[in-house]
Amino acid sequence: MSATAPFAPLSLKPRPRRKRRFSRLSPDTTTELCLDMSIQAIEDTKVKVFPAPPEPSKVIAFAPKARRRFDPLAILSKLAGTLLPPVVVIVLMLVVWQVACSSPTASLPPPSQVWNEAYDLIAHPFFDNGPQDIGLAWRVLISLQRVAIGFGLAAIVGVALGALVGQSVWAMRGLDPVFQILRTVPPLAWLPLSLAAFRDSSPSAIFVIFITSIWPVIINTAVGVRNIPEDYRNVARILRLNQIEFFVKIMVPAAAPYIFTGLRIGIGLSWLAIVAAEMLTGGVGIGFFIWDAWNSSRLPDIIVALAYIGVTGFCLDRLVAAVGGVVTRGTTAK
Amino acid sequence: MAAYLKLDHIDKSFARGGQVSEVLKDIRLTIDKGEFVSIIGHSGCGKSTLLNLIAGLTKVSSGAVLLEDKEVDSPGPERAVVFQNHSLLPWLTVYENINLAVSKVFGGTKSRAERHDWIMRNLDLVQMAHAKDKRPAEISGGMKQRVGIARALAMEPKILLLDEPFGALDALTRAHLQDAVMDIHSRLGSTTIMITHDVDEAVLLSDRIVMMTNGPAATIGEVLAVPLARPRRRVELSSDRTFLRCREAVLKFLYERHRFVEAAE
Repeated sequence: MSATAPFAPLSLKPRPRRKRRFSRLSPDTTTELCLDMSIQAIEDTKVKVFPAPPEPSKVIAFAPKARRRFDPLAILSKLAGTLLPPVVVIVLMLVVWQVACSSPTASLPPPSQVWNEAYDLIAHPFFDNGPQDIGLAWRVLISLQRVAIGFGLAAIVGVALGALVGQSVWAMRGLDPVFQILRTVPPLAWLPLSLAAFRDSSPSAIFVIFITSIWPVIINTAVGVRNIPEDYRNVARILRLNQIEFFVKIMVPAAAPYIFTGLRIGIGLSWLAIVAAEMLTGGVGIGFFIWDAWNSSRLPDIIVALAYIGVTGFCLDRLVAAVGGVVTRGTTAK
Repeated sequence: MAAYLKLDHIDKSFARGGQVSEVLKDIRLTIDKGEFVSIIGHSGCGKSTLLNLIAGLTKVSSGAVLLEDKEVDSPGPERAVVFQNHSLLPWLTVYENINLAVSKVFGGTKSRAERHDWIMRNLDLVQMAHAKDKRPAEISGGMKQRVGIARALAMEPKILLLDEPFGALDALTRAHLQDAVMDIHSRLGSTTIMITHDVDEAVLLSDRIVMMTNGPAATIGEVLAVPLARPRRRVELSSDRTFLRCREAVLKFLYERHRFVEAAE
């Protein structure tokens, strides 16, 4: 193909009449020459590619990497950096508490008294001297067992109901108002009703756990399911996945970050509820222990139990968060 | 001879809050087996809607999509779609993403070992076998799109539907993938429909280019046959007269006869 062809209609052959317009600037002949030259230039000019000037490549050696040595001092200072602040705060709190409760008229025991009077509870979490006289760790484990059953049921039912509400517009319209009202009912308000229904304290406590922790699971799952990208649904439709396959392979993994947010809130609530429920229903859980200690005016025991409850609740929260972190690996990434 | 795929007087309108907006009107097109057809048009002209209709993801308002004389009324693996944003499942590895499709489509007909070989063959086809254990977040945009193509091919579709498959990629990656698609098309002879807004891409890849008028009620304005022999090489074609003519024809359609006017709302 000739390069001139596309330019043919645009040819700038100088026409005699137009030349006059330039005559004041330069003689006619020069103009003609110039225009001729420019046409020539267009036709002849080729895009030239210049090769990059050769340059001898150099190998630049990296400086030898400093050997990483075991440096106990660095590790120690790092550890101190994370551990020191909370230790300082706790010590300060204990000091303030000790000073505030030292006067003989103080209504609450100072830490020194707690340590002296509740020493066996602190030092021996696993003692077992027959019924109603067991270590606090046993009591926490019994409460945890109830939470495990109640929260486990809430997780299963909550995810299923949340999936239904997230998936179906009609289920949402029907169920959402009911959920929104019921979830505001305080945990203990359910207790008399469940005692009447189950006629036993242990299933009643479990039911209270269940009904307390299920709402955040339902609501978060529903939001997660509603937020599944349309593209994932299209992929499932093209593959003709059935309802169960879609639920297992697309819905649960896609909504997993939301589901675990709900589970994390749920486990916190159920730990809140178990202590309150056990205070009322009795038995051997940590909640009942506090109520029992109050009735026999053993305030130091209550304070130790509070520490147990707090640490356990913290561990539960971290556990669910860790499981969620492992399960949803990659899901949140785009 | 009956056409492989036939779009028979398709209308499509969406009703929203009592208002009916007509998107596509009287679409008539037949596509032969093994053909590579591009659909080009300004944004908002209903190209993607048309592809979704062929895929069965949305239903036609009137008319019919006929594949081998059977009416398409729901999505299925014989009309595999490569989505613009790849839509790989981020919690699965590359291998598992394709396995999801393969085990669903061939779960009853192929043994486990055969399915594995089939997955690896499709990954090889898009040169992604090396990344089979990576998650989508760990590979580049072009690689994700390659895996998306492999997933679609692994369904062994009768028609491969590409929905602006290279739209989100940079120009160099796009060129690589275009070459890969041309290579796959020449090897497998798969019937392919591609939505695009890139004129060069349409001319380079297609046997025919379907040019859509502007919406509302968009329809097929012109169909351009691209009489370029295959295999096509982009560097040689950049100065080829037929290529330039085709390109000019599409450009004239899009920018002279059916200029995109921003809808004044």
